[in-house]
This record gives sequence, C-alpha cells and structure tokens, in this order.
Amino acid sequence: MNTIIQFASKLIKNLATNTANDIHKFHGGVHPDGHKYESTTRPIAQLPIPQTLTLPLRQHVGYIPKLKVKVGDYVLKGEMLAEAEGTVSAAIHAPTSGTITAIEEAVIPHPSGLPDMCVTLTPDGKDQWKPLTPIDWKNTAHSELISSLRTSGIVGLGGATFPTHIKLRKDRSSAIHTLIINAAECEPYITCDDMLMRERAEEIIQGIAIAQHLLGAAKVVIGIEDNKPEATQAMAGASQSLTNAVVTTVPTLYPSGDARRLIHLLLGVEVPHHKRSTEVGIQVFNVATVLAIYRYFAFGEPSVSRIVTVTGNVTTPQNFEVLLGTPIPLLMAAAGGAKPDTTHFVMGGPMMGFDLPTLNVPVTKAANCIIAASPALFAPPPPAQPCIRCTRCADACPVNLQPQELYWFAKSDNFEKARDYNLFDCIECGCCTYVCPSNIPLVQYYRYAKSEIIALDKAQEAADLARERNDFRLARIEREKLERAQKHAERAASAKNNEAKPELAETEKTTSNPDAVEAKKAAIAAAVERAKALKLAAANIDAAKTGTDLPVQAESTPDNTLPNIAEAKPDATTSATNEAQAKADKQALIAAAIERAKAQKLAAAQTGATPKNTENLSAKVKAEIDEIEAIRTKAQQMIKSKAPD
Amino acid sequence: MNRSPYITDAPSVSMIMLKVLLALVPGIIAYTWVYGGGILISLTLATITALITEAAILKIRQRPIAPSLADLSAVVTAWLLALALPPLAPWWLVVVGTLFAIAIAKQLYGGLGYNPFNPAMVGYAVLLISFPVIMTKWPAPLALATTPLAWTEQFRLIFGNILPTGVPLDAVTSATPLDYLKTQRMLQQEVTTISQASIFGHFGAKGGEWVTAAYLLGGLYLVQQRIISWHLPTAFIAALAFISFIFNIAQPSQFAGPGLHLMAGATMLGAFFIITDPVSGPTTPKGKLYFAAGAGVLTYLIRVYGGYPDGVAFAVLIMNMCVPLIDAHTQPRVFGHKR
Repeated sequence: MNTIIQFASKLIKNLATNTANDIHKFHGGVHPDGHKYESTTRPIAQLPIPQTLTLPLRQHVGYIPKLKVKVGDYVLKGEMLAEAEGTVSAAIHAPTSGTITAIEEAVIPHPSGLPDMCVTLTPDGKDQWKPLTPIDWKNTAHSELISSLRTSGIVGLGGATFPTHIKLRKDRSSAIHTLIINAAECEPYITCDDMLMRERAEEIIQGIAIAQHLLGAAKVVIGIEDNKPEATQAMAGASQSLTNAVVTTVPTLYPSGDARRLIHLLLGVEVPHHKRSTEVGIQVFNVATVLAIYRYFAFGEPSVSRIVTVTGNVTTPQNFEVLLGTPIPLLMAAAGGAKPDTTHFVMGGPMMGFDLPTLNVPVTKAANCIIAASPALFAPPPPAQPCIRCTRCADACPVNLQPQELYWFAKSDNFEKARDYNLFDCIECGCCTYVCPSNIPLVQYYRYAKSEIIALDKAQEAADLARERNDFRLARIEREKLERAQKHAERAASAKNNEAKPELAETEKTTSNPDAVEAKKAAIAAAVERAKALKLAAANIDAAKTGTDLPVQAESTPDNTLPNIAEAKPDATTSATNEAQAKADKQALIAAAIERAKAQKLAAAQTGATPKNTENLSAKVKAEIDEIEAIRTKAQQMIKSKAPD
Repeated sequence: MNRSPYITDAPSVSMIMLKVLLALVPGIIAYTWVYGGGILISLTLATITALITEAAILKIRQRPIAPSLADLSAVVTAWLLALALPPLAPWWLVVVGTLFAIAIAKQLYGGLGYNPFNPAMVGYAVLLISFPVIMTKWPAPLALATTPLAWTEQFRLIFGNILPTGVPLDAVTSATPLDYLKTQRMLQQEVTTISQASIFGHFGAKGGEWVTAAYLLGGLYLVQQRIISWHLPTAFIAALAFISFIFNIAQPSQFAGPGLHLMAGATMLGAFFIITDPVSGPTTPKGKLYFAAGAGVLTYLIRVYGGYPDGVAFAVLIMNMCVPLIDAHTQPRVFGHKR
C-alpha cells in the first residue's frame, strides 16, 4: 500500500515539476494578491537629509554594539558610533555628518513597542563623508576582509538583519559550493528588491562577485519570482560578467523567498531541519545585502542607508533610498501622505509584518517596507470560529506541518506535544491563517506556544544551574568541616603529645599511647572522608559538564533572508545565542572552578590555608559564603581560645 | 503588536456548508423524482428540529447562538440524516433522530469541531437499532409501486400514519436491492437469479441508481470546489469496488459484483458526503486514504456478513473511533526531516 502511494505521489510530483527551469516545488504555499504594481511605477527616490536622525543601537540579530561616542561629539558621515561586540553583532555608523545630541531610550520599530537605547544625531547639512578607503578585495587576505566587514555594519537587508561578516566566514566544517541570491521577494506589497534590481543590477552583480570570491562558491544561482520580468531581465543581462552564474525564475508562490524554500526550489535540496544551509554547502544572500557589500569594498562606504517601500493607503506609493534613522513620518509625507481612512501602519509585508507601535519611529536596517493600512486594505478579521479540521492549513503549510494539530496543542497548553509535532519548524509565514475558514489566528497561537516553551526551557536550565551550584557548595562545606575536624584533632593530638612526651617518650615508641592512636585514627578517617567528598564534588562537576556539553552555536539564525522575518527572529536568535553564551559561560565557570580547586588544594597543601571558590559567583552566593566564613572564623577563634585548656 | 497575516483568502465555514448543501440538491431532485415529495417533508422536519435543538442547547450552554446557527453545520447534519432515512417514515422518527444527532452526538461533545463521531450517522444508528422495522420500510420507487402515493397522500402517511383506503402498507413499500439480496441469499438463491428481480436496475436499484448518480455528480462538484479532498471518496469507492470484485470473481453465484455495491444503498452519499465530514475524520492525506479504505471494506463486510442490509453508517462510526490512531501514525514528513 505504502509503495503504491509513494509511487503515485512521485509520478504526480514528476509530472508537476518537469516544467520550465527544472524548479523543485515545495509543499503548500499561497497566492495572495501581489500589490507590487502600485509602488513600481516610479523610480527609487532619494529622501533629503532630515532634521534629526535616531539610530537604535539594536538594529540586527545578536549582541548590542558598544557605544563609542558621547553627547556633543561631532561626527562625519560613515564614522562609527558603536562597534560590534561579541561574535554576533554589527556596528552602527553616522548616516550623515552632524552632532550627537542625545543618547537615550526611545521607541523603536519592534513588535514589542518597547523603548531601546538610541543615538540621536542632528545633521549639519554638509553630509560630509569621513575619509573613505576602498578595499582591494581580490588581493587581500580573507581573514582581513572579514574583520574589515565586521566594522561595516552590514547586515541581512532582506529583513533578517543577521550580521553579514559571519555569513562570509570560511571557518566552517563544509565548504560552500553554491551561493544563492534571494531575489524572490515573495511578500505582497514589498518592491524594494525589485526596484533595486531594475535600477542597480550592475552593482548587485559586482557584490555577488565579491561574495562568491569570499565564500569560494563555484556556482551562483539568482532566484527571482516570475512576477518581476524587468528585474529578471536586468539581472540576466548584468550577470554575464559572473562566472558560472544563472538567473532562475521561480513561480510566484508565497513563501518562495524563505531561504529553505528557495534552496529547495532552485537546487532540489532540502536543508535538514536541525542544520544550517551552510552545513550542506549553500549560502544565501539578499540582493540589497550584496549591493551593500559592493559599496563597502568598492568605495569604503559602511551601511548608512537602505531602500524602503512606502505603499498601501498612501497617495503615491514609491520606493525611497533613506538614511538609517530617518523618522518614518517623513517617508509617509514623501509618498504623498497617508489617506484619511488610514488606521495604522505596518512594517514589513502583510503576511509577516507587524503593527508599528507609533508612526514616530526611525527607519532601521530591517525596515524594508512601510504599509499604511486601512480597513479596506486589511479587513479586520471576523471573530474566530471553532476549527472544523478541514486541513486547508495543512495543505497550505510550506513546511508540511499539521497546523490544526499544533493549534489544538497550543490552545490546550500541551507544549510537549506541540514540540513533538515540530512546532519549532514553523516559520510563521502565515499561510495557515491566510486560508483558515474559521478565521483562527493560528500563527499567534504558535508564537505563544514557542515563547512559552522557550521560557519553560530557560527556567528549567536556571533551576539545573542553581542545583549544580548548590551541590557544589554543599560538597565544599562538608569538605571544609572535615578539614576543620582534622585540624582540631591534629592540634589536640599534638598538644597531648607535647604534654605526654617527657614521661611517655620511651613507651610511645614501643607501645601506643591510646590518645595519640585515637587522634591519628581520627586524622586518617578525616582524610579519607575528605578524599571522598572531593571525589563526589569532582563527579558532580563532571556530570554537570557532560550534561551541558552541547555544541556552542553562536551563529544561530543563519541565512533566513525571508523578508520581514525580523520581528520574529531577532528575539529567538538573541535568546538562542544568549543561551549558547550562558552554556559556554557555565562551562568556563566550571572548568575554572576545577582548575582553581586544584590550585588551591596545592596551595593549601603548602600553606595550610582553606581553599575558597568565591570568584565568579553571584553577589547573593558571595554574601552567603561571607556569612559562613564569619561563623567559621568565630568558631575557630572559640576553638583556639579553648585549645590551651 | 504582531497580528500578521493581515490578509486572508478563505471561504467562511458557512460558505463551505452552503456548498455541501448545494451539492446535495441534484440528489434531492432525483430522490423526489423517483420516490415522490415525502423526502422534502423529511428534510424540512429535520432542518427545523436541528436548528431548534442547536439553539436550545447553545442557550443552556450559554454560548452565542447566532454564529453557530449561521455556520449551517446543523442543517448539513439534518439533511444527511433525512436523506439516510426511509422517506415515508413517520414524522417523529425524523425528529427523534435529528434531536439525538444534534443534542447528544454534536452539542454534548462541545459543538461544531469537537464531536468525535459523525452526528448524522449517530442519529441514524440510534434509529436503526431502536426502530429496526420502520427503518427498513423503504417505499417502492413510484415507477414500481402498485399504487403510487400522491404527494398529499405521502404527507398524510408521514404525519398521521394514514394510508388511502384499501391500500395496505406493503403496497407502497418494497425491499431495497441490498435488503432483497441479503434475504434471498439466506434462502440459498444465487446472485444471478436474485438480480433478475424487477427492483434491480442497470447497476443498483431501479430508480434509486439515478439518485446515487446524482449524489456522485454533487460529490464531484465538492471535489472540484476543494471542499472535500479527493482522497476520501476515491479510497472508499476503490476499496469497496476492489473487495466486491475479488469476492465476485471468486464466487459469482454467492457475491454481487462491484456495480451493484457502488450504485446501490448509500455508497455515493457515503463516499462524498458522509465519510468526508472533516470534524470526525482524519486530517493527514495518508490517514484519509486509510480511513476511507477501511470504511469501504467495513461497508462491504457489514452488507455481506452483518445483520443489516447496508453498512455505511456503522462502517463510518467504527472508523471514527480509529481516527486518533490513524492520525498519530500517518503524520506526513515535515520539510527537512528524514525521509
């Protein structure tokens, strides 16, 4: 039965896929109205330099960069305001020349609507570049180019905002054989990549050449949805200068721009769910990102601007090249202003975008599209009705999940089951909600379940860590108690010996002094106990170490250049990297503790001092230890004062 | 706030149910043509009972009434049950069956989306077990009846149990082909002899096969509209045809061929309208194939070896019980997971 089904489905698949370009279709997907036409009738316009620029420090996936300027500083265009710190991080640069007028928290374009640290720059209008130095990338060492890129501030401009220099590193297990350029732009309304390809195909191709060189990729495949004939033509023409490159059109089907879906479409390769595409030799870049790479190497220009589509309920939808930090109201005004029935503004596309907390936020590296929304454009969803298990969602899911089951589990807080049914493979593309007859906000349920599971995992990890630390502490206290007892016994023994020596010196050699024997026995027993305790502690540490000995994945959201994934991914990635960091920290801590324990044991053997492990512990634990120390000193003093008797 | 996607493109639940009702219309027209207007009375009775019952239970459960009535799922249940009952059955039979289907099989489990069993088939099974004699009194097709009843006479029979003077009940009823086949087989008659009887048409029942064909037509419309997936009817029909073909080939005198089994009884109604109930059915593509094939085989076995002439209702209910198991073991491969 199984083989018949498999044969039949293979036959159907083959019939369906042996079409133009040998495209490998993925399961599901939806066909929303493109609404691309509105914003592609006018060329990309430059926006004048605004009165103030507000630059959030956190514009990318990863660690917040380290601030390098203070209020009152004068900066030139392209000067670094904050430098990348940690592995996954990106620098921030001054988009124009001017004075730093504030460094404070402000609302940023993020679904949370929470404020974050921002640098406010008041331009002087001169727009004067810092001295720029182009880089001869053909004749410079790879490592040098990467460390240079680290200062460029370039991140994935498709919306994922993953720092680009990490994606171009060569220190990975498998070599990259294919570079995929993601120009699918499958989200409705967004046209910034389309217009960029139409107008600057040459520069994009130059950027692709650099990326191909840096990765050592033999092959380049540029994937464009077939609803962009002008862009396809421009890219096909320009790509002649590349070696072993091909422009491939893929059928317009959302979400073909999702990196894993695009890889499958173009190469027929399914990236295993637990691996990154680079582990199978494939790297993916967005067109705007490779253009930024080109500008950096050819002219020395860091990432200071981007193209933003302004569309929806505005008078003249258009694409703009804007400085990062530009207030979005200026963009709206440039597009003729939002029409009166506009109710809210969406950043990103209608499938994966989010409501801006307020219009008064700046353009960031993730801002690919701003849509003025009205009830006519985005009708408020009718009240949700019960799921009738019609499985339209399962038919639409590009990951081939069973959304109706995930919904059921998420709704009933059955998180383990949700995880079993591969909740974390969900890319939150929104196809399931798009086709749901019962108007159930399915993606919201999945976001909720994911965040709950992540929180539970974190709490579990914290509890494990606390337990380990407590076990370690108890073992140490026990050991110290034994050591104290031993010392006491030794002292008592030696005191007795001294007293007894004159009379019993002779007999001690032949017979045994009962007291001395007892003291010796106590000392031996104490030593044995101590050894046991130490062994136990060591075993605990080993257990803890192996228990947490997971591969440290610093680079966690890799190459997902699907537009507008920004809002969902940064959190997940930050937390993932934080978790990885926490694990690494913990391991380092344990390793250090073992080293220290050894050193202190040695030192103790030489000096007789009590070992301590108080570094790197939290203030609370330190306070506890101090308290114990105080009691111990007191006790020792008491023992000392009593000893002479 | 993140509440994307902002756009949707889906028919509402009401629209889906409406299309199911629409797909039943050809069958109802053929039914009326063949058996007279009695079925229209049953349909009306069942619809009214279903809506009142649904509203009453929702009120007791303190749930909003209007949206649930507007989703038309109760009407679909009512129509499917009415179409499964003998059309000249007394009015209270329809009412009791519908009441049970909506109140017990659907609402007591939590309403639409939560019932593990097909409500119409639960109602049908309850009636079949409780009132077996009435449930097997099928009217003869008008063309075959010795004294065909006018519509008004059918009305009087349903509501007052009154037959025209001088007409016994046996004069207006007749055995269905599956029923006749079963009783005659018990009398050691051969299938070839049995199917010579006048109640047999080209494939199924004389007249009745047109109703079945009309159901098939409506069902194909549902597949074309993507209201139901092709997996279920295809696997059901294929399994039923396959098993009846095998038995028939082995012993033609003992077992009727696939033609009769496909075009008689509730085969097409079951294939396109009963086993396709999404709520009580499986959700995975492979699961749908297993579920429907299982229902097809069970239908055949109940028809041939069971105590009732037709087996669709019991086959569906038995397979409903297997749904959680089927779903759990037929999860499709997720993108990027091992083949």
